Amino acid sequence: MLAFIARRLGLLIPTFFGVTLLTFALIRMIPGDPVEVMMGERRVDPVLHAQAMERLGLNKPLYAQYFDYIGQLAQGNLGESLRTRTSVWSEFTTLFPATLELALAALLFAGSLGLIAGVVAALKRGSLFDHGVMGISLAGYSMPIFWWGLLLIMFFSVWLGWTPVSGRIDLLYDIPPVTGFMLIDTLLADEPGAFVDALHHLILPAIVLGTIPLAVIARMTRSAMLEVLREDYVRTARAKGLSPARVVFVHGLRNALIPVLTVFGLQVGALLAGAVLTETIFSWPGIGKWLIESIGARDYPVVQNGILLIACLVILVNFVVDILYGLANPRIRHQR
Amino acid sequence: MTVDTTHPALDQALLYPSPLKEFWQAFAHNKGAVAGLLFMIVLVICALFAPWIAPHDPSEQFRDFMLTPPAWLDGGQLQFLLGTDEVGRDLLSRLIHGARLSLLIGLASVLMSLIPGIFMGLVAGFFPRLLGPSIMRLMDIMLALPSLLLAVAIVAILGPGLINTIFAIAIVSLPSYVRLTRAAVMGELNRDYVTAARLAGAGLPRLMFITVLPNCMAPLIVQATLSFSSAILDAAALGFLGLGVQPPTPEWGTMLASARDYIERAWWVVSLPGLTILLSVLAINLMGDGLRDALDPKLKNAQ
Repeated sequence: MLAFIARRLGLLIPTFFGVTLLTFALIRMIPGDPVEVMMGERRVDPVLHAQAMERLGLNKPLYAQYFDYIGQLAQGNLGESLRTRTSVWSEFTTLFPATLELALAALLFAGSLGLIAGVVAALKRGSLFDHGVMGISLAGYSMPIFWWGLLLIMFFSVWLGWTPVSGRIDLLYDIPPVTGFMLIDTLLADEPGAFVDALHHLILPAIVLGTIPLAVIARMTRSAMLEVLREDYVRTARAKGLSPARVVFVHGLRNALIPVLTVFGLQVGALLAGAVLTETIFSWPGIGKWLIESIGARDYPVVQNGILLIACLVILVNFVVDILYGLANPRIRHQR
Repeated sequence: MTVDTTHPALDQALLYPSPLKEFWQAFAHNKGAVAGLLFMIVLVICALFAPWIAPHDPSEQFRDFMLTPPAWLDGGQLQFLLGTDEVGRDLLSRLIHGARLSLLIGLASVLMSLIPGIFMGLVAGFFPRLLGPSIMRLMDIMLALPSLLLAVAIVAILGPGLINTIFAIAIVSLPSYVRLTRAAVMGELNRDYVTAARLAGAGLPRLMFITVLPNCMAPLIVQATLSFSSAILDAAALGFLGLGVQPPTPEWGTMLASARDYIERAWWVVSLPGLTILLSVLAINLMGDGLRDALDPKLKNAQ
């Protein structure tokens, strides 16, 4: 197992450097030079310009600039935002819990509903329910989620008035951020009203963000379940006289879960991309909205290192999923 | 006594069907795929003949008819079948012209990633020691970023606009073609017919493009369909974020970006562009399923 982890870790290193190369290159592909961008559109005094270039190390050869960049990263220095003058890292860490809370809620929604729908559809193969699940999940898979969000806001918030339109919590409440998770913080602050309010704010964004993962998980669970139910050990379990529920959940679902787990991991990247759209629609103060606003404001340090942080996050999650996959399935572990 | 000189009637069913006919039979077996194909045909006709089909100019502002509801509702006008938007532009005309743009983005970005993708995949497959690992590592890096985020990053640097949108989406969908081509090539390279071609003295370019590539096309065609639909989705998402095609161009996602402000008053401005995106993407995905069934017999009965 250790060798397996080491091998995967070894693969991680070139990928990480590749991503830094990518973010390094991104900032240098901007038309015009960074100093002009930072100083605004107005004409820059050539002397000041040269000084700024010198200070930022932009007059060095490219490879030296890249090593500087890596050196800064190694010291944990991700630069500071041009707009707020706070460090990119501290902005990221304050905003990230909001995105994580949203993503976890979305995964919970997609995972629970998707597993149930997939299992039932597989058990009742060819039934109306099965066709319904497959049809809906195909539609969910093709869904432009930014539109889906607008539609849900229009229906539930504007017409029915059931849920708030945007944000994480009503402005009435002043909740001190302890963990950054609104649901936990409201409980810690002992404000049950605020907790319910935060929950209301969370429902629609979580459904919107969870829609595509839901479709994928439902389809995947169904096909994995169909495959497993054909296996001999399932027939044996039935023949032994085990209860149908035990056969389906213990013998069936547990084995069907392995491919579903991989899909879960693959959905993390999709979730982060979806978060950009979802947070924009619902004015959710997370890293997706932060990134889009920084692009709008041409805040390049934030764009560059925000993207780097998100990429590292995706790489890390995929690594963890790989390890979990190896734990669940020894055949993977011993593959070269 | 007469001798029967006529040939025994050929039993049509026993003849091996032409590949095209066989393909069509397998494709038509999937009802959803046929429905998708029909919708796509309508969409392509709309896109090709947009100026003649659309009742109005997509950017003409009828200032007296701002936010007119669709024709079948109270206050609807027959001349604006699907209603008008916030500055009085005919929604139906804008959707029809938008089809043009979405299909153009889809087609251009698929071609721009398919051709280099196939080439890089072939090279990676034919040189598994020298170039293969470095190409594949590069693709892994590109896959580390979620596709929409990478597209957002590229557009953030290059600036918004039609050409940059196409470019960003093409780059984002490159890795899947490279991986697919390489995997297919690796599978084919050990086959006898490739060895035979090598022994017959076929040069590398001939081996690559004439011997091996045609046998790798089936998964690539399916992938091209799928990335066509995700190109439309991503382009609309970029437009919605204000990073794609800029207003007043009638792009479906861009149309939705401004619709948010009218969510309380004009549901048609919000729902119709998105519905068009959903139906188009759904139609292409259905077609993709049918194509996979028809082209890839191995997967046919997998479900």
